[in-house]
Amino acid sequence: MGELLDALAIALKAGLGFQAVLFALLAVGINIQFGYTGLLNFGQIAFALFGGFGIAVSVSQWGLNFWVGVVIGLLAAVLLALLLGLPTLRLRADYLAIATIATAEGLRLLFRSVSATPVTGGTRGLAGFNRDFIALAPWETARRYSILGATWSGGELWVAFVGWLLVALACLLVWSLVRSPWGRVVKSIREDEDAVRALGKNVYAYKIQALVLGGIFGALGGMIYAVGTGSAIPDQYQNANTFLAYAALILGGAARVLGPVVGAAILLFLIQFADTGLRTLISNGIIPEGLLSSTDVAQIRFVLVGLGLMLLLIFRPQGIFGDRREVMLDAR
Amino acid sequence: MVRLLLVLLFAAGLSAVAPGVASAQSEEQLLGTLQTSLSGPIEGVEIVVTTPDGDEVETVETDENGRWTVELPGPGQYVVTLDAEQLPEGVGLSGADTRTITVDEGRRQGVLFSLTDGSRGGGGGVRAIQLFVDGLRFGLLIAMAAVGLSLIFGTTGLTNFAHGELVTAGALVAWFVNVGGGVPLVAAAVIAMIVGAGIGALNEVGLWRPLRRRGTGLIAALVVSIGLSLLLRYLFQIIYGGASEAYADFRGQRAVDYGLFRMTNADLASIVISLGVLLLVAVMLQRTKIGKAMRAVADNRDLAASSGINVNQVILFVWMMGGALAALGGVLLGLSDEVQWDMGFRLLLLMFAGVTLGGLGTAYGALVGSIVVGVFVQMSTLVIPNDVKYVGGLLLLIVILIIRPQGILGSRARVG
Repeated sequence: MGELLDALAIALKAGLGFQAVLFALLAVGINIQFGYTGLLNFGQIAFALFGGFGIAVSVSQWGLNFWVGVVIGLLAAVLLALLLGLPTLRLRADYLAIATIATAEGLRLLFRSVSATPVTGGTRGLAGFNRDFIALAPWETARRYSILGATWSGGELWVAFVGWLLVALACLLVWSLVRSPWGRVVKSIREDEDAVRALGKNVYAYKIQALVLGGIFGALGGMIYAVGTGSAIPDQYQNANTFLAYAALILGGAARVLGPVVGAAILLFLIQFADTGLRTLISNGIIPEGLLSSTDVAQIRFVLVGLGLMLLLIFRPQGIFGDRREVMLDAR
Repeated sequence: MVRLLLVLLFAAGLSAVAPGVASAQSEEQLLGTLQTSLSGPIEGVEIVVTTPDGDEVETVETDENGRWTVELPGPGQYVVTLDAEQLPEGVGLSGADTRTITVDEGRRQGVLFSLTDGSRGGGGGVRAIQLFVDGLRFGLLIAMAAVGLSLIFGTTGLTNFAHGELVTAGALVAWFVNVGGGVPLVAAAVIAMIVGAGIGALNEVGLWRPLRRRGTGLIAALVVSIGLSLLLRYLFQIIYGGASEAYADFRGQRAVDYGLFRMTNADLASIVISLGVLLLVAVMLQRTKIGKAMRAVADNRDLAASSGINVNQVILFVWMMGGALAALGGVLLGLSDEVQWDMGFRLLLLMFAGVTLGGLGTAYGALVGSIVVGVFVQMSTLVIPNDVKYVGGLLLLIVILIIRPQGILGSRARVG
């Protein structure tokens, strides 16, 4: 029983920690692109990569101020969105999907390559760029605090606090945007692009705006994650994370303001609970080592996410809060 | 320009080749393999392992596979020395003949010596030809895996992100049959193709046909295929592990000199097999009834259905063919680059590049586009470092999307 409570406490921490903030912000961005506008951005993690490395490279390598790093990260994300969007957004949806997934994988390979090592630190990445940010915390960051049965360091708490504040602001922005004329146009683009075009709207421009806006949220997520872990390593930005964010969005409900946020918290809670639970069951001998070893547990989470993503889309594409009529998307 | 050939060794790889041995020895080890592409594995070279103070731990000779292993008394620093005098004619050390290695507790630490065998020593022109031939082999391999991807898109509209997992599945089945079951690789490849066709059929019957019947949208189906890809990919990692392994009897192949370029017999066989299979596919698409039906369904599904073609049966056949071809592609990729759990996913992006370049939905477009991508990726290493060559391929994909989104053989109408 005690073990179950421990597992719940650890999972709760995961659902509220800065990793959940990363996926919440990634998913808020995808929600603007996919949920409201109907764009398939499968390279959202690349925006997080630019955000995280924007700070890491600026501070650790170029010796710039932390906040200059934030600006550089955001500018890099905007540039990436423009580079990706300008050629592909005139084409059918799956072209953007292929281009974005290829870019995300290509950028990760580039960032971890030997030739990029002088700038990005290669496979070992960069560290030691978050001191200025952690120092802003109004409480003692070296101490450990016990909250809801799990221990948090002061720094973790600060990053998570700022992170959720950002998520709240992002949600507020999305909420006001989708109620505005801009929101009505992008939602109609999702429903029927040609009709919107016939009404004289510049569909292409709206799509690019949505892509850039979503990319900025992705970059912010990457920054929170990099500051939280204290390091930026290219392999942290694996492609699979984009799909974790998609799973979070669809779980919570696409085209709902709070859908991606609730989805991310629940998803990370479930993953961590399954992870800790499985490890406990293995160490207690309830699951025999031969069937599943504790080293396999890390992979199980992706297996479960993949299965969950399939089942959700097939049986409940609207997720927890979504509206079924709003998420019956088709290729365009 | 003398190109350095690194002596590769895979500490983790070795541990899975001999699982029984690996689990029995949890103590610290040093190990390595001596080989170059031209000389093959190098036997009988003396390796001396000492402590930093100069006390000898053990002296070993490399075996017929070029391998050596030294059991260590415990974790700590060790100095490994190679006797350069004993290297065969033409092979020399390109770095120092000693390495100081720190071994952590319980670790099996690999030791790397860089050797040069003078191969690819000609001018830039010869290297370009060498890379072109390599690229051709790679491109044919991509083409084989991509034909199915393109035809599935053409017949069902599905952008199948799980197609890379069919490639991995083929390579893994062949590996388990070949290394675990001791079956020769050719027979193992045939078994892998049959299993691949089976997996393809299972995909269609178990998942995609019911989804089409439910009226699931194409975008939703695309995300489902991503879920399937994640599910399978990490399942493969659990079953197979994170190691990178070669097929039995194909470790350390010797390259044969053809004047302007060199390649191993395995690579030559890979080119011949893929050319032969692709020709067969082309003949089938052009001459046989089912091939014509496939092209008809890919071209216009409703028209094909109304002219009496059993569309579902054709799609099932496309899936089986795609699965079998992807599996064979996986075996050939495993032959040249070793078997890994995520090899298919990495190839998938190049497959997309090839298919997009050639024209999404066409069979011949996938062929042409993939070969161009393969050659481009290999030739790009003339200018850019080897470890970012895939980035070049992905960049090419984006450039194609800007210039000619419908691809070389595609029609404008499909782009939307």
